[in-house]
Amino acid sequence: MSKANLLDRRQVVSVLLANRGDVVAIGGLGASTNDIIAAGDHARNFYLWGGMGGAAMIGLGLALAQPNLPVLVITGDGEMLMGMGSLATIGLQKPSNLSIAVLDNEAYGETGGQTSHTSAGVDLVGVARACGIKDSRAISTMAEVEAFAKAVQDVSAGPRFADVKIDSANLERILPTRDGTYILNRIRGDLGFQPI
Amino acid sequence: MHARADAADTAPNWPDDIFATLQRFDVRQVAYVPDAGHAKLIQRVLGSSTMRGIPLTTEEEGVALLAGAWAGGQRGVLLMQSSGVGNCINMLSLIPILRFPFLTLITMRGEWGEFNPWQVPMGSTTQGVLELSGVKVLRASNAAEVPAVLEAAAAQAYNALTPTAVLLSQRLIGAKVFTK
Repeated sequence: MSKANLLDRRQVVSVLLANRGDVVAIGGLGASTNDIIAAGDHARNFYLWGGMGGAAMIGLGLALAQPNLPVLVITGDGEMLMGMGSLATIGLQKPSNLSIAVLDNEAYGETGGQTSHTSAGVDLVGVARACGIKDSRAISTMAEVEAFAKAVQDVSAGPRFADVKIDSANLERILPTRDGTYILNRIRGDLGFQPI
Repeated sequence: MHARADAADTAPNWPDDIFATLQRFDVRQVAYVPDAGHAKLIQRVLGSSTMRGIPLTTEEEGVALLAGAWAGGQRGVLLMQSSGVGNCINMLSLIPILRFPFLTLITMRGEWGEFNPWQVPMGSTTQGVLELSGVKVLRASNAAEVPAVLEAAAAQAYNALTPTAVLLSQRLIGAKVFTK
């Protein structure tokens, strides 16, 4: 069920990826990866079905390897909380082409809607900023989402972080491919890398 | 049992052999949680113009990092101590699923003259945990065999996509000595 003052996750992701250009998008385990496929399949979509807590670090490895490419991690609050230390690691490396958007419904939606730490006030924006990610934004309007989507394209001014408050509606599942080797090699192929 | 040689004048040369091998295999991202046994190698990496040293808060971050690095066309390596292997277990599942080159170099604790009992449980299960997780394990027990073991490990990890760990044994590194 939607609350009037919170954003719709599918709409948020659809705006984040609408004019994606060269963006490689990494979807964290859970509903975020489904939101990305809902916005349309793409050779540069990195769908995660496991490795909880690893989305931001996959983004870091990719961003460091391809410094001119915008890399956008889209994940949930639970997944981000599990990999919170990676914000410190990213704060240290400061990859200017990496952006992280957390879809924060303050709950573990995939497992029955149990509340997450952010529901009790844990402030991921504060954590990201304290880790040295200066451009860390708390987002609650679609205008702010649009501004963040534009900023993602600027590969010289990151890293940047956004916590987007979304409603906790459980939407129809749209499932991307589960074949990890296919997903990874499709990205590599699109970036111009040959198979080994 | 011998003491760890950390002072510059007594520093061992095998870390230079490791560095040279990693360089030859065009390894670009070197993720690590520090260990005294890796100190010299980390120093070499941080002074390198082709490699990027990436300190982690926990070892599992490194597994995910190397997946992303490979998606972006770069090879990486993960340096850690044996206790860090336990921190990696679930993230190791990315390796067979995504099939990216995985090489990790692990300094051993909890064996060969260990002083600290708290190191022994994880040190004793390190190899088993890696093997159960689908990672092939090679071991170097003395300085002379480091180059050949590293060469074999890097070749199978990067050329054959065989996930590989090299255990740098406590006998090679020297058991840590605690003085009051």
